[in-house]
Amino acid sequence: MDRLGLTPDEWTALALSLRVATVATLASLGPGLAVAWLLARKRFPGRSLLDGLVHLPLILPPVVTGYLLLLAFGRRGTFGAALAEIGIVLSFRWTGAALACAVMGFPLMVRAMRLSLEAVDRRVEQAAATLGASPWSVFLTVTLPLAMPGVLAGAVLAFAKAMGEFGATITFVSNIPGETRTLPSAIYTLTQVPGGEAGALRLTLVSITLSMAALLASEFLARRLARRLGAE
Amino acid sequence: MSLELDVSLARGAFRLDVAFTAPPGLTALFGPSGSGKTTVIGLLAGLVRPDRGRIVLDGETLLDTERRIDCPAHRRRIGVVFQEARLLPHLCVRQNLDYGRRFARRRPEAPGLGFDDVVGLLGIGHLLARRPAGLSGGESQRVAIGRALLSRPRLLLMDEPLAALDAARKAEILPLVEHLRDGAGIPIVYVSHAVPEVARLADTLVVLEAGRVAAAGPAEALLRRGELGAEQAAHGGSLLDMAVAGHDGAAGLTHLTGAVGRLSVPRLDRAVGTPVRLLVPARDVLVATRQPVGLSARNVLPGTVRDLSVLGEGAVLVTLDCAGAALTARLTQASARDLGLRPGLPVFAVVKSVAFDAQGIGAARVPRAVEI
Repeated sequence: MDRLGLTPDEWTALALSLRVATVATLASLGPGLAVAWLLARKRFPGRSLLDGLVHLPLILPPVVTGYLLLLAFGRRGTFGAALAEIGIVLSFRWTGAALACAVMGFPLMVRAMRLSLEAVDRRVEQAAATLGASPWSVFLTVTLPLAMPGVLAGAVLAFAKAMGEFGATITFVSNIPGETRTLPSAIYTLTQVPGGEAGALRLTLVSITLSMAALLASEFLARRLARRLGAE
Repeated sequence: MSLELDVSLARGAFRLDVAFTAPPGLTALFGPSGSGKTTVIGLLAGLVRPDRGRIVLDGETLLDTERRIDCPAHRRRIGVVFQEARLLPHLCVRQNLDYGRRFARRRPEAPGLGFDDVVGLLGIGHLLARRPAGLSGGESQRVAIGRALLSRPRLLLMDEPLAALDAARKAEILPLVEHLRDGAGIPIVYVSHAVPEVARLADTLVVLEAGRVAAAGPAEALLRRGELGAEQAAHGGSLLDMAVAGHDGAAGLTHLTGAVGRLSVPRLDRAVGTPVRLLVPARDVLVATRQPVGLSARNVLPGTVRDLSVLGEGAVLVTLDCAGAALTARLTQASARDLGLRPGLPVFAVVKSVAFDAQGIGAARVPRAVEI
């Protein structure tokens, strides 16, 4: 357990970060795919607006995004109050951290998914339709499998972003040990206290390792998928 | 099967305004590039929406813009073989073949068109585990035909399925199409701009030109009248119905007889008495005003000039009457003038024995009642 030399607090931060990033990634997969599909395939009024909205977290200062989340999902926020009525509280909870991470990673996820959806040959989809596949079947059996490398890449990017998200998270849900103190917040905290350098360095190394592992895993999966599409 | 189509659409400068009725059998859509053939296939399959029109297949209205009926592609039960095979790249051949079958599970299987039958017919048993990326053009196209057949379509559309293939691969696929037409009895709409293919396969012919129907009717009648126009004159020729009279093994020849007389062609593996339909390319017919002697060509047919028409580029299409059958010859204007050709003049047509296009020689079918 202690092979990495991490303190219990650091382990808690790492475990919390993994949980937050996993939940954020899994929860944004559905909406991300839907938005990517809309942007890749449909022409509708307000399309540019949706496109801009999705990309907003990429260009806004993270603190601003975090503050907007606080306004909307805080206890007195527009959605926050309504959600509190049914027992869902996001502010200052790890679930709020997941929401902040999901919002910040969303543009990266949608971008990768959209590009791969645009690259799918529409003529092959048409062929599937003439064979009797309904639009939904075509999506599940043709479009999605062919776009899978991009979908995976989007998920990995969102996961990596979630592991590193700091500004929006700390603004929205603060820095509560064991609840919202994710890896970056923990590193930040350690750099603020005397004698914390060693811990900050340990967590930094963990961060680098996780990011690299995620990247390599996605490369490996993408290559395996590409081979499946090629000759065997 | 009966198919009625009456549609129009405008896309930029291109206008399509097409109406025809197709009886059972194979209906060929013939015309040059850009005449709208592929668009008609898209309309029939439900992949292209017209501005206005009606499509009725076997009494079921698939499309009627006035009544706001538009049956989506996946419910039309119309199989399509595209120019490029369009196989699903992430699935192996077996899965590609099975793809349409799972949506058709509830429909009865056409006799003789089960999975094993189709695989055997197309000769693709050894490919089942392969991925589309590893297939040749001819193999892909055979798998595409199999996939369409196994979806149990009530109509099969084939959009120039041979266009991307070389002559050897074409020779593999053409007999398959004939088998589907005659053996399996599946109604087919077949797009082509190759006269030999049309002559060999079509029961009914619809000639498209610039988005309009230039001619439509039984294929034999249209081909005989030269309705395929300049294309037929330049690259096609006349149709002759003959029968195998005998084989000359030593010379590697097969003798044919018909109303027009006797002809010798390179050996055909068909039994004596088999009816065959020949396409004689107009450019391979010479015209002589006297019985030729000392000539290397074997096939000399007596006849009279029926008609001369100028084709442009200094060429003339001469239609000869050979014992009631029409034979067309493409000559230069200068030769026609030097020979003094005029309607009624008795002449001799010289057909080079190598002039017969192997693709144009197909087994003639039992004549069917064709309604138009």
